[in-house]
Amino acid sequence: MPEEFKAGCQRPAVKKTPAEVPGADAESIHPEKERMRSMIKVGKPAPDFTLPAFVDGKFANVSLSEFKGQWVSLCFYPGDFTFV
Amino acid sequence: MSAVAARNDDFKAIGVQVLSISVDSIYVHKVWNDNELSKMIGKSVPFPMLSDQDGSVGKLYGIYDEDAGVETRGRFLIDPDGIVQGFEVLTPPVGRNVNETLRQLKAFQLVRASKGTEATPAGWKPGRPTLKPNPDLVGNVWKVWKVEEANE
Repeated sequence: MPEEFKAGCQRPAVKKTPAEVPGADAESIHPEKERMRSMIKVGKPAPDFTLPAFVDGKFANVSLSEFKGQWVSLCFYPGDFTFV
Repeated sequence: MSAVAARNDDFKAIGVQVLSISVDSIYVHKVWNDNELSKMIGKSVPFPMLSDQDGSVGKLYGIYDEDAGVETRGRFLIDPDGIVQGFEVLTPPVGRNVNETLRQLKAFQLVRASKGTEATPAGWKPGRPTLKPNPDLVGNVWKVWKVEEANE
């Protein structure tokens, strides 16, 4: 279940995954390897993440891995209040 | 997103969890839901609206537009094992087709349920014949499937 949190007076801090913390992985400084790693391929695992979310009138942290065992349609879009 | 939100029951009916993501904050998501989306669909958005404020998840999925500082319309279908089965990425001015997303999900679910013994030909719709790949089908697809079926 999503972990609910209280609304503070600023946006929630961005959570860094270990791979994004400088120095955590010496290979990450190689731009070509970085690019290859970020390429999504069908038939390969979807990268996991945890993000703050608005859920049922509350604020909560949501991870992709919470939904293992069911199908997920993950929809990125350009921005709230855009027209399309 | 209102089009997906309005059809959430159709996603739920086939066991699909929808997650939406943009670079907007959770506070903007709330105000968009409360002031516009809920008025378009007659209820609150029925799935989590995620906030990727620094675009890091968008970059991970290869759909972050560095120039505009936004995420393009990337839609990823992920199976119960966490494997990406399909994706579609559009630039912002053209919206997605919810019916096509549901069609693809139903096709992937059928293939998964058949444990790979069935495949869905071009233009397949639920209820239409599938193909059963096996050595005898090689060179003989024309006998069991007509091109016209792709466009019916």
